[in-house]
Formats: sequence, structure tokens, C-alpha cells
Amino acid sequence: MIEIEAVTKLYDDVAVVDNVSMVIEPRTVTVVVGTSGSGKTTLLRMINRLVEPSSGAIRLDGEDNRSIPGHELRRRIGYAIQGHGLFPHRTVAENIATVPGLLGWEKSRIAAKVEELLTLFQLDPKMFGSRYPHELSGGQQQRVGVARALAAEPNVLLMDEPFGALDPIIRAKAQDDLLAIQKHFGTTIVLVTHDMDEAFYLADKIAVMDKGRVLQYGPPAELVRAPAAPFVETLIGDAERPFRLLSAAKIGAAVEPGEADGEPIGEDGTQQEALADLLWSGRKALPVVSASGAPMGRVTLDALLKCAARPQ
Amino acid sequence: MGRARLLSIARQGSGLRIRFDKLGIVIALLVAYGALGASFAVLKPNRIVQGEAKMILAALPAWAGWGLIVVLFLAAAASLFRTSSWLKLVAAFAALVTLALAIGSAASFLAPAGNTYARVSPASGFWLLLFAFMLLAADAITRLRPPPWMRVLFLVLTAGGVGAILLSGSWNGLSIMKEYAGRADVFWSEAGQHVRLALGSLIVAAAAGLPLGILCHRVAALRAGVLNTLNLIQTIPSIALFGILIGPLAWIAATVPGAAEIGIRGIGTAPAFVALFLYSLLPAVANTVVGLAGVPREANEAARGIGMTDRQRLFQIEFPMALPVILTGIRIVLVQNIGLATIAALIGGGGFGVFVFQGIGQTAMDLVLLGAVPTVALAFAAAVILDALIEMNSRVLIGARSA
Repeated sequence: MIEIEAVTKLYDDVAVVDNVSMVIEPRTVTVVVGTSGSGKTTLLRMINRLVEPSSGAIRLDGEDNRSIPGHELRRRIGYAIQGHGLFPHRTVAENIATVPGLLGWEKSRIAAKVEELLTLFQLDPKMFGSRYPHELSGGQQQRVGVARALAAEPNVLLMDEPFGALDPIIRAKAQDDLLAIQKHFGTTIVLVTHDMDEAFYLADKIAVMDKGRVLQYGPPAELVRAPAAPFVETLIGDAERPFRLLSAAKIGAAVEPGEADGEPIGEDGTQQEALADLLWSGRKALPVVSASGAPMGRVTLDALLKCAARPQ
Repeated sequence: MGRARLLSIARQGSGLRIRFDKLGIVIALLVAYGALGASFAVLKPNRIVQGEAKMILAALPAWAGWGLIVVLFLAAAASLFRTSSWLKLVAAFAALVTLALAIGSAASFLAPAGNTYARVSPASGFWLLLFAFMLLAADAITRLRPPPWMRVLFLVLTAGGVGAILLSGSWNGLSIMKEYAGRADVFWSEAGQHVRLALGSLIVAAAAGLPLGILCHRVAALRAGVLNTLNLIQTIPSIALFGILIGPLAWIAATVPGAAEIGIRGIGTAPAFVALFLYSLLPAVANTVVGLAGVPREANEAARGIGMTDRQRLFQIEFPMALPVILTGIRIVLVQNIGLATIAALIGGGGFGVFVFQGIGQTAMDLVLLGAVPTVALAFAAAVILDALIEMNSRVLIGARSA
């Protein structure tokens, strides 16, 4: 759990982060969105003390983050940035081994961890371990960057626009991978982005920042249903609202008993995907199956239209 | 290399016209003039008077003279066309070896038997030919783009070849070797002094310059001041700097207890060492600053973000990535110092300059060469070795920048 309490950061008497308080639940993905200059990166960097707050406190699992030296704190918190930030003079394996090395792990333990992470990120350890970062594609570099951030098994992973430099197809894959990794390790992720689609896709909770303040902090659907400020509404976009609602909800939540024809859809998908499928195939209903493939019922166009409608 | 050769053959085959190499034309003209228009060796009755210039055919027995001309023209022909670089390299080496042997036999051929005062030295034609074929070899090596270790290997082979010719005694008749024979002991002690001056001041400058450069990188306020001061020192002419240092060092020797005992004097090694050190500081500091500034921002950011201390970041990230640029600074310093150390002889600092200035004083050019040739060879060897080191350290980084 990360407790941010009345944190303010002043640069030359200008508040870049202005009296922000929020609680980030363990094992969730929290996305901080905002325009550039909104203070979202500064807020993130105060969690691992790359930036020291002017006032206020941040506690990790109840412990003030100023209770240990900054560099030791940062070794316990994963950190991934845009453009991966890999060390160009070190191989992929050496890059991933950086933090375990700083922590003084035994060589065999480091080697095992590097192999585990490379395999997890679908990079063959034998093939990629000895390569240098410039020999990898953009998507591979980004994966190695996240693998390096996770090498010391941190409870918390901070990510600053980690997918900003990737093309759309690779970005979508990277986002899926991140969610899978998050489930696998149960990591608490705080991610900063200016991309609302990304925020709605990844987030359990979204914090919208503007001019150093958090305007609204809550689950994605709540932001659409009850925007706390005109700025939140603008950021979500009038034309996008129904689709944001659908993209923030799982198909399982709209399932009703009954039968339908054609190719079934999994309950884990978003309602937006189900709608797209229905519209494209010209059907009124889709059969829904659970993750194990067992039939669960159906999802209808009418039900989705209700889900997408303005909440009364 | 193999592919380059195939390509050049294919090009010649399809073009059906002979392609000339531009540099090769220059080299061929130099060779033609050096071999036929200029004199090969000079025969002097003694070491300081003007001598009698001899063309190749007059300086060598007929078979050797014609043989030399044939080899030179074959090699020049190889340089003229766009052919394999390996062929050019072999031609250049063959020509250089032939030249080296020929100048040795010219000495024994020209010198009157039993006359120990007569001197034979290389003349303008020889130097031109030497220059032309070294140019050809350098061009071929550049085009072959050999890996660093192979360039060092070429250097070792060349040094070995020169050493073998020296040991074989076939140059013993040359005037420069006669100058050497008379002062072999002094030569080696001055050589040691030269290396001590150049390398010693470099080591001290690196030991002082690297921390100073790191400090300038971290503290932006210091940067301009330090670099401008060092720039200013760099503009002082070397002889003037030696002169300027005489006063303060003499004063230190006279007033600071123990200073004179460790060798600090107004003239001699101390001012030479200090002057070389001062000249070395600018490249060492400036290249450290530039190298550290060139480290990608993201790498630094990530290093901090994953929990490196400032010291770990400096030694594990910034320093290795700045190393090629820093080494380039060291290379500049070393080559510059090897040359500048020659002037140290003016204020009694020793080194190869001793022979240069003695030679100028006695108008004995052979003695000047005895000082100058080893200096040039030393600087050249240092440059090749450090270039190889730089390249070995920068491969990964060059790849990273182009990616």
C-alpha cells in the first residue's frame, strides 16, 4: 500500500505538485493521467525519492519512505522509463542483473533470476542474454527495461510513460504483457501516461492531474459516470464516453442466461470488444464462455447499449 | 576484403575501361619523380660539409639500381589502379623493404673503402619515395578497415622489421647510424628520459585531469573558468612557458626545504615536466567533460532510478561510456607530449631533443635526424596503439548511437 499524504513540491515557489493525497491499494494498477506539466511525473518521482517533497509524507506499507537512504529505497522499488533507459555498454543479461548486483545477490541466484525474467518476457535467454541493447528492436528493449525494473522482485513498480516510444501494435502487446506480469507477481504498479486509452485499458484506478492537483481519483467507470471537473470531462472526450464505459467493464458483467449462435467470446474481454464483434458480424447476441471454455450464457446488443448509456 | 576485390574486378569487367585511383596517381607521380628526378643518396667527405648528390643508378651497383627501379615502378603501378587493397598493401611493404635495403647498400657502395670520415645519407629522392609508399600503405590499411588488434599487429611487424634491419647491420654504413655508433650510451639514456618526460607528465596529467574533469562536469559553475584557464595555458608558446617556469621553480628550489633534493630546479627536468603537464591538462580535462556530457540522459536517469549511488553511477555508467572520448584526449596528450618533449633539451631537460639541438648547433643534419626519427616513430606508435584502444572501447557505443 502506498499512502500519499498532503504532498507538495515547490520549484521556485511554484507548486508543481499541490497538496496531493491518495491511497494506492496493493496489487492494483493505478494510472496517473494529465497533460504535460500537470505534475504527474514529479508525483511519481517523489514516491521513490528521485524528487524530495517540499512538504507532506509518503508511506510504503506504513513505513515513511524517508526512513532509509534514497538509493536503498530505490533498489526496493522497480522503475521503468520511456525509451527504456538501458545501459548501452552492458548486455541484456548485465542490464537485468544491475539491481540484484547492487543488492549483493549471489551469482547463481542472479543468473537464475535473469533467465526467469527473459523467459517470462518471451526472450530466449541463450539468444538475447549476451546481446547489447542496440541489437534489439524497440519492443524488445522495452521488455528488457521492464524486466530490469522487476529483477529484485519489488512490491512496487513505478513506470513513467513506459510505452510512449512504441508503435501502436507493439504497444498493445506490451500493455497485455504488463497486465499478465502484474497478475503473475502481484506487483503494485503506478504508471504515468498522457494516453487516455492506455489509462482505461490498464487501470484499476485512475488519478487525473492538472496544474499539480489531483482532480479526481477513482475507478475508470466512475470518471465517465461522474466527472468531478470539466477538465476530466474534456480529457475523457464527449464522443468517447460510451466506449470508455464499455472498455472499462468486462463482458462477464453483462452476461445474461440464454443461447446465441456463432463464435463464442471469452468473459475476460472488454464490453467494447463484444460490441465491436456484434456490430461487425451483424448479430444481436453472442455466446459467452468462461476462461476454461465452459458456456456461461450470452451477451446481447441491448444489454451493451444499456451499459453504454449515460448513468441515471 | 574478398568481396571488395570481386567488386572491383566486376566493375572493371563491366566497365571495360581502366579505372584510376586518384590518390594512386599522386603516389605514382611522387614515385616517378623520387626515383628518376631526385637524388637517392648524398656522399659527403665528412659529417658537416655539403655533399655530392647521387641518383639511384649512381648510388647502387647496376643490378641493384635497376632492380630497385623495377620494384618501385611495379609497386607504383599497383597503386595507380583500383585494385585490391591487399595487393596495394603488399606492394607498399615490398617497396618499403626494398628501399630500406637499398639505402643500406648505397652506403657501403658509395663510401670509399677505409675512409672513416666520409658519410652517406639518404637524399630527397629517398625521403620522397619513403613518403609515397608509406602513404600507399596507410591508404591501403585504412581501406581494409582492419580490426584494432590487426593494426597493432601491423605496427609490431613493422617495428620488428626495422629492428631486424638495424640488428643485421645493413644500415651501419649510413651517416645516421654512424652518429648513433658514436653515442649509443647517451642515445638510450636520452631515449629513457624522453619517454619518462612524455609518459610521466601524461600520467600525472591524467591523475589530475580526470578528477578535475569530473568536478567540472558535476559543478557547472566551475566549467567555464577551468577550461578557459587551461585554454590560456595552451596558447603560451612552449619555449616561453619553459622560460616562465624557470623563475618560480628556481625560487621553490631555493626556499622550500627538500625541494632541491627531489630534483626541483629552475632548469632541467623539473620545468620541462611541469610545462608538459600543464599542456596535457586541457585535453585531459576537456575530453573528460565532453565525454561525460555525452552520456545519454536516459541512462543516467535510469541508473539513479534503480538505486545507484552517485559514485556507482560515475564508475559503472558514466565513466565507461565516456571512456572512448577520454582516451581520445589521452591520445592527443601523448602524441603532443612526445613531440613537445623534444624542446625540453633547450632548458637541459634531456630527451631526443638533445641530438636535434646539438645537430643544429654543429650543422650536422644526420645528428638532427638521430633525434627526430625516433621521436616521430615513437609518436606514430603511440597513436596507433591508442587508436586501437579507443576503437576497442567504443564499438558497442558506436552501435548504440547509430541504432
